[in-house]
Amino acid sequence: MSTDAPHHTVDVPYLARLARLELTQEEIDLFGGQIGRILDHVEQMNKLDITGIEPTAHAISVFDVIREDTVTESLPKKTILENAPHNANGLFLVPKVLD
Amino acid sequence: MSSFTPFSSIAETRRLLRSKELSPVELIESLEQRIAAIDPKIGAYIERDVETAKKEAASADLTKPLGGIPIGIKDAISVAGQPLQSASRILDGYNAPYDATAVARLRASGAVPFGRLNMDEFAMGSSTENSAFQLTRNPWDTGRIPGGSSGGSAAAVASGTALATLGSDTGGSIRQPAALCGCVGLKPTYGRVSRYGLIAFASSLDQIGPLTSTVEDSALLMNALAGRDPHDSTSLELPDEDFTAEIGKDLKGLRIGVPKEYFVDGMEPGVRSAVDAAIKQIESLGAEPVEISLPHTEYAVAVYYIIATAEASANLARFDGVRYGRRSNEAKDLASLYAKTRAEGFGREVKRRIILGTYVLSSGYYDAYYLRAQKVRTLIRRDFDQAFTKVDAIISPTSPETAFRFGEKTDDPLKMYLADIFTIATNLAGICGLSLPCGFSNRDGVDLPVGLQLLGRPFGESRLLRIGHAYEQATEWHKRRPLL
Repeated sequence: MSTDAPHHTVDVPYLARLARLELTQEEIDLFGGQIGRILDHVEQMNKLDITGIEPTAHAISVFDVIREDTVTESLPKKTILENAPHNANGLFLVPKVLD
Repeated sequence: MSSFTPFSSIAETRRLLRSKELSPVELIESLEQRIAAIDPKIGAYIERDVETAKKEAASADLTKPLGGIPIGIKDAISVAGQPLQSASRILDGYNAPYDATAVARLRASGAVPFGRLNMDEFAMGSSTENSAFQLTRNPWDTGRIPGGSSGGSAAAVASGTALATLGSDTGGSIRQPAALCGCVGLKPTYGRVSRYGLIAFASSLDQIGPLTSTVEDSALLMNALAGRDPHDSTSLELPDEDFTAEIGKDLKGLRIGVPKEYFVDGMEPGVRSAVDAAIKQIESLGAEPVEISLPHTEYAVAVYYIIATAEASANLARFDGVRYGRRSNEAKDLASLYAKTRAEGFGREVKRRIILGTYVLSSGYYDAYYLRAQKVRTLIRRDFDQAFTKVDAIISPTSPETAFRFGEKTDDPLKMYLADIFTIATNLAGICGLSLPCGFSNRDGVDLPVGLQLLGRPFGESRLLRIGHAYEQATEWHKRRPLL
């Protein structure tokens, strides 16, 4: 691995909070350097003149896909709840949200 | 009892089944024997449900195109009632409540899904080393990686423990392992195969496709897989197509583009010489090689790692410990339930990509990274549009190198990402790509398979299969087997 300090720095703890992801201090330090180096590589995109270029979100464009507004069968509630870590009375259980 | 011969094609196995020399149940049994004998050395399979497969095989309709043919499934693709984890601990305990449309279509063609195949966690990786379960070994040298992310799917076909498998390809995840293991892998055009029931990595790039031992088998599987699905609004309504229709036609009059940006210094010499020889061979079969330029190639890796991580950070937000999979026991409130569940459930590469994806989408950076990458994606797509006005297909190596050793790139994610340089642009442009064996490169005294990549215009799979088949029939590479 390259040991040079990357030009880019990112605030990993802030991003981890946004992503609802707890990281260890070791992960924070590791990812900071690695992501900085990836962003250094990404910087080459700035060489390009992109004035007037439309962004591509999907390579094969599909617009306005519509269907008849009819009720169709969906998966049974029981099947879905069976995959939940905790459920009761047909509901997903989570820790208390409000005190 | 008759048994199947390892490495036989679907086409051959179908003949045995139809002539009753082999029953579909005997086929599952002898395949399971082969897996039990060989796979402990390879680690392609996470799990098999032999009883269910035998039950389904017993009622297989042999008049259907894939009647009684077992197909191994990458752990990202839903098979109703079977565990599904994308090789991640965060999906511990999850069972797929329904079939992916690709699997349902295989069943409708008479096939029997059999076996969960190993992969990089959430398809993030190029070596299958990011699986939360196990390593998968390259059948040609078990000290080396099988490629990734569909490493289990490729290694199973290459070690003769599956006739054919499904993989998924977001930046090369079907083609690169097919190349490194020495089998055939096809990434269909975006929109060709439904993504319903595929655990999403990057939704604008993901496609499901087949890994097989021959080009003809790839066409047979595409006949089953392709088609519009009301459950995936990005799947397209196209006229029915027989993907075997062009197989057997010669290559006279076809123009094959050789992109100069894909033949640069730094490539493994054995890869270069194998691909150069393959181009000459294709020329001798009647096609005309034409030098072309794909000028934005050098930006593909950068664009990919912005777009793919941005989409992944959004897609993976659903893994929160509430509705499915694992939940942390350490949580005190809802916020810590999310953060701790995700900390415990995701592996390192997945966490790294979530952080990078969150960064490029975050306030103040969106325009500089995500929007800019989408604009450069337009330029990359235009490169291919322009090239396909001049040529029928594009030829290149699938990967600049053959299989590397375990651990060789795990410390440096950028180095791992740059290994995907030849496959990534295909997904950004949404076009189709085929990888097939084109020789061997001697690396550290071991002969390792080299993959030839053929790229085609949107919905041009049949043309690629025609070229691939003509080349395959003129060479012996696909007949070489690893010593196991």
